[in-house]
Amino acid sequence: MKKKDKDFSDKIFYWILKILGYGTMVLLAALVVVLLKVSFPIFEKFGLKFFILNDWNPVTRVFGALPFIYGTVVTSLLAIVIAVPVSIGIALFVTEIANSKIKKILSFLVEMLAAIPSVVYGLWGLFVLVPWLRNSVEPFLGKYLGFIPLFYGAPYGVGVLAAGIILAIMIVPTVSSICREIFYSVPNLFREGALALGATHWEMMKLAVVKSSVSGIFGASILGLGRALGETMAVTMVIGNRPQISPSLFSPAQTLASLIANEYNEASNSSHLAALTAMGLVLLMVSLAVNTFAKIIQKRFQMRTGVGK
Amino acid sequence: MTNLVEVNNLKAWIGEQQILKGISLSVQHNDVLAIIGPSGCGKSTFIRCLNRLHEEIIGARVEGEVKILNENIYGSTVDPVRVRRQIGMVFQKPNPFPSLSIYDNVAIGLKLAGIRRKSALDEVVERSLKQAALWDEVKDKLRMPGTSLSGGQQQRLCIARALAVNPPILLMDEPTSALDPISKAKIETLLQDLKRYVTIIMVTHNMQQASRVSSKTAFFLLGELIEFGPTEQIFTQPKAKLTEDYITGRFG
Ligand SMILES: Nc1ncnc2c1ncn2[C@@H]1O[C@H](COP(=O)(O)OP(=O)(O)O)[C@@H](O)[C@H]1O
Ligand SMILES: [Mg+2]
Repeated sequence: MKKKDKDFSDKIFYWILKILGYGTMVLLAALVVVLLKVSFPIFEKFGLKFFILNDWNPVTRVFGALPFIYGTVVTSLLAIVIAVPVSIGIALFVTEIANSKIKKILSFLVEMLAAIPSVVYGLWGLFVLVPWLRNSVEPFLGKYLGFIPLFYGAPYGVGVLAAGIILAIMIVPTVSSICREIFYSVPNLFREGALALGATHWEMMKLAVVKSSVSGIFGASILGLGRALGETMAVTMVIGNRPQISPSLFSPAQTLASLIANEYNEASNSSHLAALTAMGLVLLMVSLAVNTFAKIIQKRFQMRTGVGK
Repeated sequence: MTNLVEVNNLKAWIGEQQILKGISLSVQHNDVLAIIGPSGCGKSTFIRCLNRLHEEIIGARVEGEVKILNENIYGSTVDPVRVRRQIGMVFQKPNPFPSLSIYDNVAIGLKLAGIRRKSALDEVVERSLKQAALWDEVKDKLRMPGTSLSGGQQQRLCIARALAVNPPILLMDEPTSALDPISKAKIETLLQDLKRYVTIIMVTHNMQQASRVSSKTAFFLLGELIEFGPTEQIFTQPKAKLTEDYITGRFG
């Protein structure tokens, strides 16, 4: 190829990338504009009260987002609380303990979890997880820890706890595989430094591996959180779909995504549709806020530790 | 005079490859032993056998005897964690823990040993940093991350970290080879001080360093100890032809 041709193809390539790059931004902006336009009547009617109104009634046309925001945030946080320690454990086992055969098998199995369709998780949740929670776990927790509001109330089975557990299982593959890569990237020098100081293997993992990876683990958690916030099908099937705010993990609830999935088909009037679209907008904003917050925190950690960039 | 370290017929493997082929030597209190030899001859492996770090490599195996203060550290009832806690080690590349402050990097050895009392830690951190000639440079920023220091400072921080538990022995694996000439010189000066209170066993690539700092020298070649004796003798009247060739730079 002559130099001129090369310059020319370089230029084309450059422009393609540039268009793709700007295209993404335009797409996001367009999405927001459409959502805003369709949901505008709701904000016109309720204003900011829309976000704090604890009521949802398509018949009387009262629409408040609060119980759904609550349900979304609480189930996702619960998922993170369960999934992150489990993922760290799996990643440590794979990188620091398992021999190479077990390592391969376990990594494969965890990756398979990521390939299971959401609706299959939902079915499993409905037929296996929910009955187990209703008949064994929730009565047990209620009996011994019932004095804590979290574990108070009737064991429905369907509800926040079921949704949180399903979400946790669904995000473990993502979070644990990122953690695994982060742990692999910790130089052996730190491990040997810790061992040479007389650290046991556990202490070494904590000191040299986990602590050096804090910002990376945080990033992995946020990625998992992002996935949990928007997850729809499986959650819809096990959360009980009741818009209410209760401190108990046993009680049914509803998320932004599950509400939209449930009611979109039967939206009876234009303001109902507008309200659902507004919910979509809220979900988008929550996700963007979480990610932005995460980026800021991660920067902070990086400046402190200099690892996990 | 009793030996601080006595190595008898030490052999080491990684997988099928035999790296040390029967090493015997002894070190007395306040010796500085320099281990020299071409790359890959087993110098690092040798000192990693002295604190049982070698066995952490997958497929690694050790035979023979290493007595420290008359106890065979490869005895069947000996816990390697306890052995390592009593012996300091400094690596080729500085490796302060990135998540810990300067202070905590120095205090970590004591914390691992279960010491939590703040006044005790304060005292040891100051003493160790002074011993490592780093105190004046960091005393106002003890809470900064250890990794915020320059390479040479980080290596001195690692020396302080190793000294904090007051080990009788300090193992050093080419501690200056990753540093710039000025940092290198600083650490060499520091070694002259350190040898007053700790016995040093140091791998070095650098003949001048070996002859300046050490009192004994061991020359390794292909996993065997070719010659071992007082540094002056090794450098002026080596007994083995191979040693002479190596020291005069004819190979390696
Ligand atoms: N982690 C390891 N895995 C496999 N082989 C190793 C490892 N570390 C060292 N070796 C081998 O052991 C031999 C001696 O290495 P080493 O003790 O590091 O030599 P030196 O420090 O004298 O350069 C070399 O042949 C090297 O390839
Ligand atoms: Mg070496």
